Amino acid sequence: MAKAMTKHSDAQSIPVSFTLNGRLQEIEVEPHELLLDLVRDQLGLTGAKRSCDVEVCGACTLLVDGRPVSACTTLAFEVRGRSVLTIEGLAQDGKLHPLQEAFIEYGGFQCGFCTPGMILAAKALLDETPNPSEAELKHFMHGNICRCTGYKKIIESIMAAAKKMRAKA
Amino acid sequence: MLRRFRLEEPESVAEAAELLGRFGESAKVYAGGTELLLAMKEGLVQYERLINVKKLTGLSDVTTADGTLVIGALCTHHQLENSPVLRDKLPALTKLEQNVANVRVRQVGTIGGNICFAEPHADPGTLLIALGATMIAEQSSSKREITAEDFFVDAYETALQADEVLTKIQVPIPAPNARSAYLKFGYLERPSVGVAVAFNLNGGVSGVRIAVGCAGPAPRRVAEAEALLEGKSKDEALRHVAEAGAAAGRAAQAISDLHGSQEYKEHIVGVLLKRAFQSALS
Repeated sequence: MAKAMTKHSDAQSIPVSFTLNGRLQEIEVEPHELLLDLVRDQLGLTGAKRSCDVEVCGACTLLVDGRPVSACTTLAFEVRGRSVLTIEGLAQDGKLHPLQEAFIEYGGFQCGFCTPGMILAAKALLDETPNPSEAELKHFMHGNICRCTGYKKIIESIMAAAKKMRAKA
Repeated sequence: MLRRFRLEEPESVAEAAELLGRFGESAKVYAGGTELLLAMKEGLVQYERLINVKKLTGLSDVTTADGTLVIGALCTHHQLENSPVLRDKLPALTKLEQNVANVRVRQVGTIGGNICFAEPHADPGTLLIALGATMIAEQSSSKREITAEDFFVDAYETALQADEVLTKIQVPIPAPNARSAYLKFGYLERPSVGVAVAFNLNGGVSGVRIAVGCAGPAPRRVAEAEALLEGKSKDEALRHVAEAGAAAGRAAQAISDLHGSQEYKEHIVGVLLKRAFQSALS
């Protein structure tokens, strides 16, 4: 995919080899490029949202090596040698992840703007703590803000998904 | 979109310090970037070069040596909240680290970066002062110790020189009868008031250290409040804790801002000191 950016005459180019949603990518970025811009604008994965832009709201959450980061405040080169998961990479062969299914079944989203970040953060929570208490869930998810739902359905969705995932494991 | 900068990736502390010395104010140390990149995005600061220190080795461990806990400056908050050594020796710091910002900031933000950026509304500095911590600052071929009390000079200003790299934070391992607690308060994204207390309990309270953070431009030790509790019996100290809280509030150099008026913050300091003291005693 051709880079649409104007190239500065003495731009520093950093090779970044990383796994994106399970597939190897080999690109070059300049040091100042942000991960969110790379993912949204260059790779066309617009699930992650630029919302607060100050790493407070979680709408830009991506998983890097399974751990949540604010893509809005992560330099793109930092994913070199790592694996990145976006919301687009969660479903496998057209089958939704239990978290996605639960959010649908339990009404865990309304406008959906926070949802990609919310689901990825929940995935990281459940990967670390498969059977979280509500207090543990709230503590982990504290940095993902939703303006629509009042959080109750989000908590129900995550707990339901956790139960389903434990049963399958 | 950030403004363009060059990335330097030194592989030793000496190299990092040399780069800082060479490029001066046009270069900045970059670790997790959770504070720095925000300031750059908002156009508050601008650098021609970022010195990525994440390739430096030996600065991401928590170890003990001769009764001292040594925390590498590159330890992330996530590492610290999960460190068994830290939980064993300094559970108050473990609890503080569990509650820094949010899970994403904790994932990549470092304790060294946190205290070097010296954002007033931050947590670790306040407790480190109460615990009597010492920072190790290194240049190309020398190192020095800076006490936590002396480290925080003003908002966004530390005692580090331009070409010094913070490498370690040393905390004396508390004695078996030592107690400490850190409590914070705030409704905004960053803490509005933070109070840390540490003392030895042996019949009475001694070696009292109290620090207040977030309310003023830099976390500071409040000797005025310590004196009101020092050497008293447990019950007598509890009777004086409100007075100590008022003294701590006045000494906090609280400023009125979005986080609250000066009077409000001073009041909260008093509340937190009482609760922290009670928490530490229990």
